[in-house]
Amino acid sequence: MGKLLLTVIRRDLLLAYRRRADVLTTLFFFVIVVSLFPLGVGPEMKTLRLIAPGVVWVAALLASMLSLQRLFAADYQDGTLEQMLLAPQPLAVIVLGKIIAHWMVSGLPLALMAPLLGLQFDLPPEALLVLFAALLLGTPVLSLIGAIGAALTLGVRGGGVLLSLLVLPLYIPALIFGAGAVEAYIAGVSPEGHLSLLAALLIFSGLATPWVTALALRIAME
Amino acid sequence: MAINLFKFSSPATFYPVAGKLIPVFYGLAAILTVIGLYLSFFVAPTDATQGEVYRIIFIHVPAAWMSMFIYLVMAGWAGLGLILNTRLSSMMAQALAPTGAMFTFVALVTGAFWGKLAWGTWWDWDARMTSELILLFLYIGYMSLTAAIDDVRRADKAGAILALVGAVNVPIIYFSVKWWNTLHQGASVSLIRAPSMAKTMLLGMLVMALAAWMYSIAVALSRARLIMLEREKNSAWVQDVLEKKS
Repeated sequence: MGKLLLTVIRRDLLLAYRRRADVLTTLFFFVIVVSLFPLGVGPEMKTLRLIAPGVVWVAALLASMLSLQRLFAADYQDGTLEQMLLAPQPLAVIVLGKIIAHWMVSGLPLALMAPLLGLQFDLPPEALLVLFAALLLGTPVLSLIGAIGAALTLGVRGGGVLLSLLVLPLYIPALIFGAGAVEAYIAGVSPEGHLSLLAALLIFSGLATPWVTALALRIAME
Repeated sequence: MAINLFKFSSPATFYPVAGKLIPVFYGLAAILTVIGLYLSFFVAPTDATQGEVYRIIFIHVPAAWMSMFIYLVMAGWAGLGLILNTRLSSMMAQALAPTGAMFTFVALVTGAFWGKLAWGTWWDWDARMTSELILLFLYIGYMSLTAAIDDVRRADKAGAILALVGAVNVPIIYFSVKWWNTLHQGASVSLIRAPSMAKTMLLGMLVMALAAWMYSIAVALSRARLIMLEREKNSAWVQDVLEKKS
């Protein structure tokens, strides 16, 4: 089981490494969206500090959503996915491996980049740390929940826009607790409660979504 | 009994049964609406604090109840279709979605009017309002997904998974919004009224809710009948039905 998981992760990471441009596009999308807000809102640091957590989180939501289609699309097109469904190994584990790999190339870079973007919004250093921790806990939730949407819209007409319609409402709890953690810290309250809830979301979605995604994939490939 | 129930899960058997049931439910809905509106406008007393404005509650609350209830029923039918592979269950789920979305929309609009008159604001990021808005998004997502997939069986099953995931998510979303809201601004407006609600008010509301319920059943059955005809257009029983009509 563990070996299967590692094999799938290694394979997907290798594939992603061979197509580095794709990974960087998502990251730069995130950077550009976050950088646009001060231009739209105005350079007043007091306002910026206030909206920073929400802006970074919404941008992370959009960026992770954009990269979701890549999760199964390539394997679907070249027939690999069909082989995965036929394989004797449990599909949910393969799916989990793919999700973890997807997070490592799409979610993790966002979390690593976020503190730098937080500086643009004049967040204090400790708040940057909280932002980083919240994104570290929250972005895997986005990948996990998003995987269901990606599997449901596989090969469907207008899949990209449809995917966002399905997945964004389900992202709301992660957004609330993720941005809430940083806001709580800035307001002088301990962010621990928010981070715990994010961790709870992560555990729950980590347990449930691989199975649901596997089911959705079987339906898509029928 | 079990055999009996499965007999009606065949569209060919259910089509004429639904056809007979629809007028009954429409009739019940009409009668209950008349009684409910009479109770709400002539019997129920004027509210001490809000005046006549509060009477929007007789539309607003039943619509809000139905919006949530229909989502659960829809997810239930969709799940049943997924597990038992019964065609009719999935058709019922699809037939319910537009009605549920309509009630969600009505609840939001009437709520906005009521809010404007009672609190002086069209919209407040209160937990209930926000969840209702997100419920509308979930309905829209379900309808868009099932509409986008051409293969009917796949559309049913994909829609079922989405509806079930949504049903699991609704309470999570509700509580996250609730905590988020209390953190932000505290309870600026409370929807909880004084417990001493006049009995006639409550009665009017319940009768209106029943009317909305009957209407939902009637309209969902009519829509399900159309879906049956469309999906099974190549089968013998549909040809029979159409021949009888023409």
